[in-house]
Amino acid sequence: MASKAIPFGPAATFEYISTKKDELVGWARKFSLFPYPFVTACCAMEFMAVSSTPYDTDRFGAALPRFSPRQSDLLMVVGTVTHKQAPILKKVYEQMCEPKWVMAFGACATSGGFYQNYAALQGIDKIIPVDIYIPGCPPRPETVIDGIMKLQDRIARSKHPILTKNF
Amino acid sequence: MSPSEVLDRVQERLAPLVSESSFSHAMLVLVLPPDRLLDLVQVLKVEFQFDLFLDVTAVDWPGQQPRFEVVYHFYSTQHRVRLRVKTRVPEEDPGVASLVSLYGSAAYMERECHDMYGIAFRGNPDLRPILLYEGFVGHPLRKDYPKDREQPLVPYRT
Amino acid sequence: MDTKLPNPVRPAFEKADREDAVIVNIGPSHPATHGTVQVIAELDGEKVVRADVHCGYLHRGFEKECESHTWHNLIPYVDRLNYCSPLINDFAYCEAVEKLLEIEITPRCRYLRTLLAEYSRVADHLTCVAASLMEMGAMTAFLYLVTIRDFIYEHTAALTGARVTHSYGRIGGLARDLPEGWLGRLEEILDQYEVFVGRIHGLMDRNRIFIDRTRDVAVLSSAEAIHWGYTGPILRSTGLPRDLRKDVPYLAYGELDFEVPVGIKGDNYDRYYVRMREMDESVYMIRQLMDMLAPGPINVDDHRCVLPEKHLVYSEIESLINHFKLIMDGPKVPAGEVYSAHEAANGELGFYIVSTGEGTPYKVHVRSPSFVHMGGLHRLFEGYQLADVIPTFGSVNMIGGECDR
Repeated sequence: MASKAIPFGPAATFEYISTKKDELVGWARKFSLFPYPFVTACCAMEFMAVSSTPYDTDRFGAALPRFSPRQSDLLMVVGTVTHKQAPILKKVYEQMCEPKWVMAFGACATSGGFYQNYAALQGIDKIIPVDIYIPGCPPRPETVIDGIMKLQDRIARSKHPILTKNF
Repeated sequence: MSPSEVLDRVQERLAPLVSESSFSHAMLVLVLPPDRLLDLVQVLKVEFQFDLFLDVTAVDWPGQQPRFEVVYHFYSTQHRVRLRVKTRVPEEDPGVASLVSLYGSAAYMERECHDMYGIAFRGNPDLRPILLYEGFVGHPLRKDYPKDREQPLVPYRT
Repeated sequence: MDTKLPNPVRPAFEKADREDAVIVNIGPSHPATHGTVQVIAELDGEKVVRADVHCGYLHRGFEKECESHTWHNLIPYVDRLNYCSPLINDFAYCEAVEKLLEIEITPRCRYLRTLLAEYSRVADHLTCVAASLMEMGAMTAFLYLVTIRDFIYEHTAALTGARVTHSYGRIGGLARDLPEGWLGRLEEILDQYEVFVGRIHGLMDRNRIFIDRTRDVAVLSSAEAIHWGYTGPILRSTGLPRDLRKDVPYLAYGELDFEVPVGIKGDNYDRYYVRMREMDESVYMIRQLMDMLAPGPINVDDHRCVLPEKHLVYSEIESLINHFKLIMDGPKVPAGEVYSAHEAANGELGFYIVSTGEGTPYKVHVRSPSFVHMGGLHRLFEGYQLADVIPTFGSVNMIGGECDR
């Protein structure tokens, strides 16, 4: 068995500390999501249901909505976004500060749903980048919670540069 | 007066103004040329208490002349009866008198009909797009507007 | 931002008339405007002098979709009009098409449709009251009402398969009959409803803050309401007892015993209270209907629109072809036009349908109450404070799907 070189030295120490820092910051960020509910249509009913009993999102730390994009980090696009609403969505997305995540809640936000016509934007990923797509028309609250948990996994696994571009 | 008596009286009184009146699925339908519309609606509102203006919409018959059929529905809260008024306008001059002077609710409904079909309501001071947006070219509910023709406002990412 | 984003609307007034007036933009991405309405208000201090209401941010092209789908395929689209009470929309649309087909639904279907329409109405009023109370700060009331609404959603999911947008009505009847034990659970939910709504009455009705915020705010007189086209609970809150279920009875409403609650002044408090009382009346109607349900077929026996039984489709060639034709081409509805209106939770929901004898409609137009109410909304804002815009908007119950279609 060839022995693998055990990495040590300043570069390896930097990597180790950086990974641990990412884990810590990731844990903190994933359990303190501040959603901005960009609510438009029928999915709002399930959004209201998932925020209250018995499918509470508060247990995931993702319940406290901030109705200002400057104060929020999770943009939940709930419902159909039409071409008339698209500039508003883009403006709200651009007003949010990093780090930010986008959740496409429902079939209409994911791909336009069954409104394949002149008025509906066929998926919000045509204008803003999306992190998690939650299917359903409207999605059951359990699906939404599954989506939030997957997003939390993604946040936990990603890099979080906080002091400089690399650290 | 019972609802059917009211409708009979309406039919009788408005016979000189309309070109055709009939019953369709238990609703009185009055058809008339567009220039007599405002007088007819005035009579309906004042003499027969059709105080609730329900709806105005249009139907596009592309093969026929005149092309658009503008359809109005009225309801009388006192007599509890509805009726329909129809008129035809051609494509070159799709104009009809506006009812904003009689009913406040006509403002938004006429705006929507103008948006969707291009019917010009003469006398309505505000015909801005209501369901569509500034910069949208065309009238989507006309039969010659393809359903999938999108006119995006925000340029796409990819 | 490096790109300049276009403004999708043109406001009615750009500059204020007076020197010291401010123009403020509320919405369209705003929690209290139900996400799809923009109000541009000119303020003199805190008082709203002029308001310009812009809707249309949720225009999804429902009427254009209608012209390229079969009559049956439209039922999910119709559901998503007033998504708080989807069954009412289903039944109103199905009844309009049934009028064109000139078929009469079976008695069991009639009573069941009435029961479910009232059940949906309760869910809609619960949502409206919960949202408007939450926007005024009463979070507890929101949580209580949404708990009951969740019971209703799970219960209708047991019947129809979906919590929110059910797509349960069919032309000529309903999708399926009641499962076992459904009525027993309904009894339980209605009892729970009474407990929870009793708590809301205790919290809200004589609450000093609530009364101060809603009494004498956005007062509407009956004549003005009719001039601006208001129907439904808003018209009834002004004192006029106009209700299509009593005036022009349809479904089984002619056989039921219920009252039409009216308000006194037409302000926000009256609109809240009329909705609370209407929910109680709906629950009373549901209890009467539970006893009136007699066994029998759900769907009318008409091969033009009702799908044949599955076991016949698999064994007989005629049923197979009938099923195939109904799914692929759609039921052939005779040529003609019809306007059929129901009393939805917001007011008169009318369907104007034009058919040319095909399996797809020629035109479907929805007379939606929310859209007409938006037309007169600026009158409810003018003269009151900026902070009153929120409770007023909540009390009008604008549903985006219905308003913008």
